Amino acid sequence: MAKVIFVTQNNGSMEVEGDSGSLMELAVANGVAGIDGDCGGVCSCATCHIYVDPADFDKVGAAQEVESDMLELDDKVTEYSRLCCQIDVSDQIDGMTFVVAN
Amino acid sequence: MKAKPKAISQFDDAFSQKRSTSGLGDMDDQNDPVKMILGLKELRKVAHNCTTFQSGSTPGRIVIPSEVAIRDTRQIPFELDPPEHTGFRQLLNPWFKRPLDNAYQAKLQQIIDNTIDHALQQNAIDIVASFALPLQSKALTLLLNTSMDRAQTWIDWGTHVFRSESSNLDADKANILYDYIDAEIDKTMAKTRPSVPTTEDLFSVLLNAEVDGKKLTKEQVKGVMILTFAGGRDTVINAITNTIAYFSENISDLQRIANEPDIVNRAVEELLRYFSPLTQMGRVATEDTTVCEHAIKADSRVSLCWASANRDENVFSNPNTVDFDRKINPHVSFGFSHHNCLGATHARQILRQLVLTLANKVADINVVSADENIEQLGEFSRKVGFNRLEVSLTAK
Repeated sequence: MAKVIFVTQNNGSMEVEGDSGSLMELAVANGVAGIDGDCGGVCSCATCHIYVDPADFDKVGAAQEVESDMLELDDKVTEYSRLCCQIDVSDQIDGMTFVVAN
Repeated sequence: MKAKPKAISQFDDAFSQKRSTSGLGDMDDQNDPVKMILGLKELRKVAHNCTTFQSGSTPGRIVIPSEVAIRDTRQIPFELDPPEHTGFRQLLNPWFKRPLDNAYQAKLQQIIDNTIDHALQQNAIDIVASFALPLQSKALTLLLNTSMDRAQTWIDWGTHVFRSESSNLDADKANILYDYIDAEIDKTMAKTRPSVPTTEDLFSVLLNAEVDGKKLTKEQVKGVMILTFAGGRDTVINAITNTIAYFSENISDLQRIANEPDIVNRAVEELLRYFSPLTQMGRVATEDTTVCEHAIKADSRVSLCWASANRDENVFSNPNTVDFDRKINPHVSFGFSHHNCLGATHARQILRQLVLTLANKVADINVVSADENIEQLGEFSRKVGFNRLEVSLTAK
């Protein structure tokens, strides 16, 4: 079971928990504003853009090529950007905070 | 047992050779030539660069075939560039995300159930005219939040708002749509605004909305409505028809979805990648520039060829195979960047619910006859869908 916090662009904060699936699916299931996940998680729509806390970035890991190609052309990209459809919900991310980019 | 026609579900990659050699294709279109961008990565860069490759050119010019000769109204937000584009998109996004609501999905399910049940009662049915078109039109009443009665008028217009059997660009037919939208705007302006927001339709919402502190003009409302009617018509009809065509030759995949409904999102995204219901969309260069090391002159047209990019072997393994296990699928069937498809949420919801319902209700799909819709695009011929697809469905 992993508990994580999403901070949205309107400064809302939501703690959610899950034990499987992707971080995008967890966010959508809990109605996190700014995470749409339109494509269902196949890395086609870039509607699940989040920022990882710099202190946690090594644990989460960098984006693979397809994902980084998507992010490269996003106006809001930073070095800590990820598409959360490509992050698995696991103990690895327990306790982390993610800022929603949109 | 009747033999099924061969290769109904096969959609060849028309662009492979040119994509791997020059990366660009050429086509003329009413004496306004188009350089077609064929590779995914190059296409994405151009789609994102709305300063050099603009959408806000003469209304109708970024559409291929060009609609300059039949349309003066600018489609909004599609034919605007940022920053003008931004406010309109922000206004429209929440409305076009309504298909994510449970109540919307329940109504859509009724439409899909009725459409499939009707088809199951026929010996044979033309999927284009008697299944996909009515389904698209009835679903559009949900997107507009208007009465289902309206759908019959839109069904009577036929599968493409601008095209008739005699012409790819039929001005008389286009005027039917424009006159209809003008009349709806006038009717809405003459009425009192509904006091209950959930009963308000898109015409009313737009006529009472502001963007950047200004109320929308009638012409702007018309521009949004033309886009809503035209953009999601033959594209959705192609997607629905091609999906049925695919399962007619791959019924085990439909059975798999019945057994594993969780894969439906992946399946729909993969079918969208493979079919690419809209082949391409244009942009106009604002300055002399280069694409794939080829010179592009100011005020000339390029196209973002979604259909080619979706088969780019540098990005997709086995690009010509439909693979429901493709977990990473960065297709561009709904476009890319600022101008990604406003109706994508609605289209995806239709397809997801349609495929799940077919999986639950249909045991087999047999094609009786078919007439493929082949686009001639300069040096390329591409199957984009069907003019007619007559099938018989067998119930579970």
